[in-house]
Amino acid sequence: MSIFDLTIAEAGKKLAAKEISAVELTTAYNDAVAALNPRLNAYITVTPELALTQAKAADARIAAGQAGPLTGIPLAMKDLFCTEGVRTTAASKILEPFIPPYESTVSAQLLAAGAVILGKANLDEFAMGSSNITSGYGPVENPWKRNGSDAKLVPGGSSGGSAAAVSARLALGATGTDTGGSIRQPAAFTGLAGIKPTYGRCSRYGIVAFASSLDQAGPMARNVEDCAILLNAMAGFDAKDSTSAERAVPDFTKALTKGVKGLRIGIPAEYRLEGTNPEILALWDKGIEWLQAQGAEIVEISLPHTKYGLAVYYIVAPAEASSNLARYDGVRFGARVDGVDLIDMYERTRAAGFGPEVKRRIMIGTYVLSHGYYDAYYLKAQKVRNLILRDFTNAFDKVDAILTPTAPSAAFGLGEKMDDPVTMYLNDVFTVPASLAGVPAMSVPAGLNAEGLPLGLQVIGKHFDEETVFAVSAAIERAAGFSALPDVRAK
Amino acid sequence: MSYMLEGRTGAWEVVVGLEIHAQVISQSKLFSGASATYGGAPNAHVSFVDAGFPGMLPVINQECVAQAVRTGLGLKAEINLFSRFDRKNYFYADLPNGYQISQFAHPIVGTGVVEIELQDGTLKNIGITRLHLEQDAGKSMHDQHASKSVIDLNRAGVALMEIVSEPDIRSPEEAGAYLRKIRQIVRYLGTCDGNMEEGSMRADVNVSVRKPGEEFRTRCEIKNVNSVRFVMHAVEAEALRQIEVWESGGEVVQETRLYDPSKGETRSMRSKEDAHDYRYFPEPDLLPLILEQEFVNALAAKLPELPDEKRRRFCEEYGIPFYDAGVLVADQATADFYETVAKGRDGKLTSNWMSGDFFAAMNRSGKSIENPPVSAADFGALLDLISDKTINGRIAKDVFEEMVETGKAPAAIVEEKGLRQVTDTGAIDDAVTKVLEANQDKVAEYKSGKDKLFGFFVGQVMKAMAGKGNPALVNEAVKKQLG
Repeated sequence: MSIFDLTIAEAGKKLAAKEISAVELTTAYNDAVAALNPRLNAYITVTPELALTQAKAADARIAAGQAGPLTGIPLAMKDLFCTEGVRTTAASKILEPFIPPYESTVSAQLLAAGAVILGKANLDEFAMGSSNITSGYGPVENPWKRNGSDAKLVPGGSSGGSAAAVSARLALGATGTDTGGSIRQPAAFTGLAGIKPTYGRCSRYGIVAFASSLDQAGPMARNVEDCAILLNAMAGFDAKDSTSAERAVPDFTKALTKGVKGLRIGIPAEYRLEGTNPEILALWDKGIEWLQAQGAEIVEISLPHTKYGLAVYYIVAPAEASSNLARYDGVRFGARVDGVDLIDMYERTRAAGFGPEVKRRIMIGTYVLSHGYYDAYYLKAQKVRNLILRDFTNAFDKVDAILTPTAPSAAFGLGEKMDDPVTMYLNDVFTVPASLAGVPAMSVPAGLNAEGLPLGLQVIGKHFDEETVFAVSAAIERAAGFSALPDVRAK
Repeated sequence: MSYMLEGRTGAWEVVVGLEIHAQVISQSKLFSGASATYGGAPNAHVSFVDAGFPGMLPVINQECVAQAVRTGLGLKAEINLFSRFDRKNYFYADLPNGYQISQFAHPIVGTGVVEIELQDGTLKNIGITRLHLEQDAGKSMHDQHASKSVIDLNRAGVALMEIVSEPDIRSPEEAGAYLRKIRQIVRYLGTCDGNMEEGSMRADVNVSVRKPGEEFRTRCEIKNVNSVRFVMHAVEAEALRQIEVWESGGEVVQETRLYDPSKGETRSMRSKEDAHDYRYFPEPDLLPLILEQEFVNALAAKLPELPDEKRRRFCEEYGIPFYDAGVLVADQATADFYETVAKGRDGKLTSNWMSGDFFAAMNRSGKSIENPPVSAADFGALLDLISDKTINGRIAKDVFEEMVETGKAPAAIVEEKGLRQVTDTGAIDDAVTKVLEANQDKVAEYKSGKDKLFGFFVGQVMKAMAGKGNPALVNEAVKKQLG
């Protein structure tokens, strides 16, 4: 057994038992990153020296008997989290020279727990994308391959670098952020578990904003348990984020063994979209059987407004983004291209600094907020968003959790779905409703398709009921027995 | 008589509404912990939130909310327990986020009313449409470098209250009175220092003109006028310009204009076509602002007495005229000084002395009510000497001047200079006899009907007694001896 086969929970036990040291573990991961990152491009910035320093501190902490479950665990930090003294780009050229003088709350909490940060993981530019191809620092290669093919596949997005890093064993776990599926879809594409907690569960302070009312940090890891360990450290009220929830964080690992006996699991009829890949539907049915076999009650439910989810999402998210990204103007930080006057400087800076997808969304967002269009687009979208929330509230009167597929397909090829942005946007069709409603949702690896690529199932829970989400996800994980490994990985 | 401007085609009525931006007095900024104090080295009071750094989030400052509620209560306005912040999007170099956090659809304070007083004593109510909280922008300076502009973000993020009036104002005088009244109220409340020179209070003035009885015509907005006088001038200048446009067969176009005090005219800043599309939408980084009624009640309970109430109370409690009371309540410190002195004394006497010799001495010596020419205690002691007839009013004026000059207590001055009033009727009678003897010709004239000479005799007696005679007793004695 290789050191890379350890999960966070297992590595934590070995560290605590001093069977391995944090320096040993980190060195192995640093070396793996050095060997494979040039190919996979999972990290934009690697920080091996800093990681070693943190590992030494972790060993000291372990020696002093003050270690927690994450002390000495090497992680990848999505490059959307501001990290003090370490360049933070949001995968945009406009932030290429930006070194934050402050630490995001989530990364600070992980550091405080003793975690080791190997580097800053690649992503879609400003988290806008579902394939990691919009990164200003090059696309990420999915470590998984179709059977008998060497074609490069996308890892999903926007947390594609985090997904590829954890999947290829270039980190034990990673932070992600999810605005419309950015944790769940890449987790599904790379055979990982990943949870988007309830909106407000993790602080957004220090996370480069994409769409403020949707953005939520969460963990990605090789299994459900590791996600629970990570979320324990990431979650919590933060006075610096007015939208963070002032409520206690339970120990999520305790929920893993709760089982699903007696739980009512909702199956939304509307998610059986016409034209959905039959393999996905078959996997969904299998998931239903697994839960039923473990004692859950399956309940047909209706989420009638979810069909408008994508349309609503692609109004609300760009609207907020168009405003959130106004600060990248070349005046105070980041890249600047000089011009003859202020307007010219703005135009040159933003033209050079933003990639095409970001520009597209700024245009859409500006349009839907404009005078004369606001009511027809933004306001209407907000109304429908409320209806979607009500769909979930109504459903959760009858059920404890909802089971759906995570994504409409397995990972696709780099360069596919590129000519039409709308085709790309359809990737988020199953994940967006939970984001709009702010409810927690997790993707669990559940099987492989005929081409040998991982597929995920999504478990959606009530507001602040991540515990049931973990319980159901763990039940699926146990039944699925998913043990496949990607072709490209550290061994 | 209402204010009208006479044009070639007849009389025009002026319609004005004001948007007053009042900087909130608070320790820190509206959404960050940076200091909100005026001044400081450029960019010394700037947090990463104020500078719009990536991932930074606003957190509302409760004290600023309390200040807005206090102001709303002072404006007799409805306090909205539910309000919400919106983003107002536009690009400018001193607006770090590319948007201003403001309140658009749901302001914290709704409709209210303010009473203004005009020169002729007329009282008029001006409606308040709303008050909302918003953050200030930074300052751009274009004259510090040959090719570059420099930016100071010290003010970026400082809380402002925008107080919007109804278009109830009908003359430059009313505009001035309204602005002064708002300034008086916020100063009483301690919610804004009202200092227009430092820019902590400024006004956008909306002006239109119409023929009496007409509907409103198109208005223009004059931005950032920074004194009461300029507001009054701007209203008149803009009204005259619009009348000229209408009367020449043109049409006033809605636009933003600037007032140029050196030329006494307004000029176009940007037209409606160039107006920003602010793309307002609810600020997703902040939850709606929900106030508890108890929070509002607690603030209301601790609200200071406001100028209108104080003025009416002064009239009743101290028996002074409405006008005089208005002078005394002009600012809180003057009113407090008056009350300290008037308590347990003759309120009218106190008021007369303050409006007269006291203010004269204060202005002459360049002092202020906070650092008065004579202390309230000494001033009161002087009034006591008048009331108990130790000195008469004439002598009191000299004693007061001596107090201002030397800082000595009035009793000490009276003793030292022997200024006690003479009430000994024997001494007064002697003085009268002497004066009448020395002016027998005048006595004859008086007796033949020249009544006015009575004052002359009294004056001569007082002069002979070095001003110390009790005026009433002197009058009596003169009358008696003249028969």
